[in-house]
Amino acid sequence: MTQGITTPGAGWRRADGPPAQKSQKRRRKGGRRGRNAEIAMVDEAEFTSYYGRPIIKPPVWKTPDVPLYLFLGGAAGSSAVLGAMADLSGRPALTRAARLVAGGGSIASVGFLIHDLGRPERFLHMLRVFKPTSPLSVGTYILSPFSAAAGATAAVELLGWFPRLKRFGGIVGGLFGGPMATYTAVLLSNTAVPSWHEFHTKLPFVFAGSAMAAGGGLCMAFTPVEEAGPARKMAVAGAALELAVVHQVENDESIVSEPYHEGRAGKLMRAARTCTAAGAGLTVVAGRTRLGAVASGTLLAAGSLLTRFGVFDAGMASARDPKYTVVPQRERLAARENGHAPSVSR
Amino acid sequence: MTSISSASPGLSQNDPKNRLFGPLPDVSAEAGYVEEHPKRVGFFTDTSVCIGCKACEVACKEWNTLPMDDADGKRDAIGMSGMSYDNTGMLGANSWRHVAFIEQTRVVDLPMPAVGLPGAKNRPDVPQLGAPDTGDVDTTAKAQASVLNAEALAEFDPQTGQTGADKQIRWLMSSDVCKHCTHAGCLDVCPTGALFRTEFGTVVVQQDICNGCGYCVPSCPYGVIDQRKDDGRVFKCTMCYDRLTDGLQPACATACPTQSIQFGDLDELQARADARLATLQEQGVETARLYGRDEDDGVGGAGAFFLLLDEPEVYGLPPDPVVTTRDLPAMWKAAATGAAMMVGVALSAVLGSRRR
Repeated sequence: MTQGITTPGAGWRRADGPPAQKSQKRRRKGGRRGRNAEIAMVDEAEFTSYYGRPIIKPPVWKTPDVPLYLFLGGAAGSSAVLGAMADLSGRPALTRAARLVAGGGSIASVGFLIHDLGRPERFLHMLRVFKPTSPLSVGTYILSPFSAAAGATAAVELLGWFPRLKRFGGIVGGLFGGPMATYTAVLLSNTAVPSWHEFHTKLPFVFAGSAMAAGGGLCMAFTPVEEAGPARKMAVAGAALELAVVHQVENDESIVSEPYHEGRAGKLMRAARTCTAAGAGLTVVAGRTRLGAVASGTLLAAGSLLTRFGVFDAGMASARDPKYTVVPQRERLAARENGHAPSVSR
Repeated sequence: MTSISSASPGLSQNDPKNRLFGPLPDVSAEAGYVEEHPKRVGFFTDTSVCIGCKACEVACKEWNTLPMDDADGKRDAIGMSGMSYDNTGMLGANSWRHVAFIEQTRVVDLPMPAVGLPGAKNRPDVPQLGAPDTGDVDTTAKAQASVLNAEALAEFDPQTGQTGADKQIRWLMSSDVCKHCTHAGCLDVCPTGALFRTEFGTVVVQQDICNGCGYCVPSCPYGVIDQRKDDGRVFKCTMCYDRLTDGLQPACATACPTQSIQFGDLDELQARADARLATLQEQGVETARLYGRDEDDGVGGAGAFFLLLDEPEVYGLPPDPVVTTRDLPAMWKAAATGAAMMVGVALSAVLGSRRR
């Protein structure tokens, strides 16, 4: 692509340093690769970069703060939804467990979010404006009422005060629980990070499934088995959703799905899949026994946690390699030039 | 979903006023400056006349008292980037102008001895040309004469590539800067309102508001804005907002000795750039192109745009940047569906379980 100064293709190329044209093998098939599986080398993605340096800046968000925030927010959100419904349908033990998970998770997630700020003492600046174009601003106005309601409900649940107020708080928490669990996917998708933005219509479902698996799993583990039926069902449904959508993300033909099955992110995603699938299976088989409920609940929560770390890591990896920025954009330009899919009015 | 899907169809029909993407005739008015406000200003960086002197970098550092950092943005460190003459490395919290140096070679099919990089002939990836150095004194002398030949040098115009002799090295130099986009990703996602649109149409961080959430950093499709680790807040080019309000030009444009960096009203600069491009193309520089000039691009056109002599990614610029906020409605739709799904699953789980 490095071309002549006067005429395209005059043969100019990088003089020194790393090769200007890095020929990268492009993997079409990722996902379910065993130890001896073939890696299909399909076409090579040729691209040029400035000395191999990244084009976009990788997020400065700290790990484990942000992945933990994603996990806790998800688990708390789905638990709050479950708790409100368990309360209305008269399941006191499940209600109590769900409220405690929701309250604890939401308060801890707020802590992690504030700790991640470069200037934590200025966290209230988040509340000085409301910006619909900023998922973090919208999220602040989801997180604040949610954590206030869920935290207060959990507190009065522990103290045993104000039963009616408790129900009200639980319902408010339940209303904000769903958005709380999925807004974080919008938060990640609305960045120039290739492996996040490319899947901006899929990540919300990954996060919704992961949240239900974690919330259902934790509630299941802390509730007597005879009342934990709804938690088990939600956990299994969530795990199925998570596994299905993650499979789509990992096996997309786009080059930006590569980071999901390579390197550290790939390991995390594989571990997540193992935990989630095992947890869901164990829930079905042994979820009605105390030991089975605790074991499968733990596995599901671990799977959800690993998914968050994996998605976070995949995004970081895709931001650090200019390949994932340049190649899809080049393909987009080529597609536009060839006349198909000029999907935006240009 | 294919790889071209991030040019998401999502909203092209539902954004008639171009609030999320597309051209905007008056960014300041869109941002709420209803009273009479100055015209939108910008930079036109003509890389065809850049000599890589880095006066812009120095002027910027001095005027804005930016701390020292190395090529990877590490503060108070001197480090060699290990590439070219570029130890600034990238735009970041402490480097608001960055001169990229791209050194390129090519094979010249001339019956002349090689005058290449020292040691180039031992390198398999550098093409061999002309007569190999066989120790022939005559050839070597000729080569030296050719290098030192002022006439031959005068003939070589690095910008048009009209090589009279066996020149096989060229430099591309380009002073990169914040693009001050029409639709700025950083500005869109800032949750505190620290980033704002000035009356000049530029994008500036208010340092007393920024709480260092870091959301703007990955949201910039060009990788401009960054966080100072020890400070916690984010920093980027302000287009010398303080100087603009006093009727001065930004420091970099003032310091540029070749008028590679031109500052002015954006519409004027655009006209000037179009004329410059036409001139270059007339002279046969087919690879000259404007970058960030097109108001129909993914960011609605840039306030700081460039004349490049090679593909954007050669300079470390994204070939087709997009403000991701464009796809925001599609994302929220998916998120709302996901949240509704959670409620539905929980509801059916509760209703479908026997109560004991």
